[in-house]
Amino acid sequence: MKRELMKFLVFAAAVLTAPLFLKGGYIVNVLVFVGIYTILAVALNLLLGLAGQISLGQAAFFGLGAYISGVLTATHAANPWVAMVIAVIAVGAIAFVLGFPILKLKGHYLAMATLGMGIIVYIIFNETVDITGGPSGLSGIPNLSICGVVFNTDMKNYYLVWSFAMATILLSLNLSASRIGRALRAIHDSEVAARILGVNVRLLKVQIFTVSGIFSALAGSLYAHTVQFISPASFGFNVSIELLTMVIIGGLGSIYGSFLGAAILTLLPELFRTFQDYDIVVYGTVLIVMTMFMPGGIVRGVPLLARSLLVRVKAVRSSEKRV
Amino acid sequence: MELIEQLLQYTLSGLSTGAIYALIGLGFAIIYNSTSIINFAQGEFVMLGGMLTLFFHVTLGLYLPLAVVLAIAVATAVGALFERLAISPLKDAEPIILVIITIGGSILIRGVAMLLWGKDTHALPMFSGDEPIILLGAAIMPQNIWIFGVTLIIITANRLFFHHSMSGKAMRACSFNRVASRLVGIDVKRMILFSFAISSAMGAAAGIIIAPLTMTSYDVGVMLGLKGFCAAIIGGMSTGMGTVAGGLIVGVLESLGAGLISSGYKDAIAFIILLVILLIRPQGLFGKGEAERV
Repeated sequence: MKRELMKFLVFAAAVLTAPLFLKGGYIVNVLVFVGIYTILAVALNLLLGLAGQISLGQAAFFGLGAYISGVLTATHAANPWVAMVIAVIAVGAIAFVLGFPILKLKGHYLAMATLGMGIIVYIIFNETVDITGGPSGLSGIPNLSICGVVFNTDMKNYYLVWSFAMATILLSLNLSASRIGRALRAIHDSEVAARILGVNVRLLKVQIFTVSGIFSALAGSLYAHTVQFISPASFGFNVSIELLTMVIIGGLGSIYGSFLGAAILTLLPELFRTFQDYDIVVYGTVLIVMTMFMPGGIVRGVPLLARSLLVRVKAVRSSEKRV
Repeated sequence: MELIEQLLQYTLSGLSTGAIYALIGLGFAIIYNSTSIINFAQGEFVMLGGMLTLFFHVTLGLYLPLAVVLAIAVATAVGALFERLAISPLKDAEPIILVIITIGGSILIRGVAMLLWGKDTHALPMFSGDEPIILLGAAIMPQNIWIFGVTLIIITANRLFFHHSMSGKAMRACSFNRVASRLVGIDVKRMILFSFAISSAMGAAAGIIIAPLTMTSYDVGVMLGLKGFCAAIIGGMSTGMGTVAGGLIVGVLESLGAGLISSGYKDAIAFIILLVILLIRPQGLFGKGEAERV
């Protein structure tokens, strides 16, 4: 437990001090997005990595959070914090109600149902032009502010988004290490076995789905208030796939892995300008190669790879000695 | 009178897109029955059919029937290759892993198609002219007749293959019980490869006959694939008439919905049907319930 705490403190210190080395500028803006995607990837990982329940509709909760926040503040002039709270509660309620029927499904069927849900929500964003502005988007969303400090620069947004991201990570680490986390892992391995051991499988699955929805909505609300403009394209099927790729790259079930996955997939396109055209090819290859050859993701795969290399090097050396 | 004519028009065009969904759905069902995998890449073979025909016929200037044959051959090869490289090495993996692999495959195929042929939407010429035929006051394109004809031929061939040929019977045996099939000497691995090849070929054929009507581009596979899946779900994942009926139901409801309610929500209709069926009757409208094996 102490080791976990140390790990988190080191991570938190790194996040806090990172901007000092970067002297502001564009990279800080990118890191704001890394924060938002970290929240989203961690949210999906709780569901997929921990409980073993796939969702291909995470972008729907992300989008609903963003649109509820955006519409309430830009159209109805609500206070951004109030809007954020409403968005999170509303999406949590939606996820809870949808969770009961949807999570009765398993495996491929669950994947298809969540995918369908994601696409329906995406179509609604596009078609309800009176409310959402349709495909051309919704602009004029105000920034968040505390006691007169308006979060209107990249640097301020960095600390805003990352305080939420750190809170999400801390909560998820605790959840994963708790009795509930163990029960969820039991569901992942065998639902029947978990039920026999006294786990309320149905309720627990719905609850983790709801938590995942709530975190995603929070990320959506943060996105709306930092970017100040939202359009359906940011919440389509591709985004759900991108989130899935982040979780797989980082490693199923690893919370820090989700951060790594989010960071890699957000930073790579910025580093390689030409990446833009190749991104779906890269995502596809990464998904296949990682699941086939490194199913534990980077977090578990790289140390494993290093160890096996070390063993091989030692073997070569000892055989050289013999010669 | 006008309303009836309109209804007839919508129903006819719905039946023709529905026939396409049925073909795609059969592809899903064939793979599902031999491997218990839902192949998320199914739609990409539909896209490949259309795009490859376009490439061979329009870009290389080949004679249309030759272009069609080549397109189906290439798409089938891609399907078989995908099975060999990505599915076969991990045949006993968890469903989630297989979902992710087939999604990866689907994105990869789509991405390569985008790099090869760009992001533009293209039209394949109609097979036999674009003079509409007036039938009881509703206009149908000759292409629609092509669609009905080809679909009918494929479904009949499919039925003959699965019920009257040795390989077809072997594949059905695999879907009932893989271990028992292996015991009686059926090469299960080869049957799985066959099922991927057959369903990619069927997907490609569907993509080719619909391309002149709806245009084609690198990303048409997503929606067509999902609607084909919807057809297969309604049909209870049967490789027979259930899925065909499912496809026609989705096609007609979608067309009526788009015509009478709103065209913007056209795509949502199929997904609402999908969700309702999955939640109320996951075994399909025609399927029997099945107990989960632990």
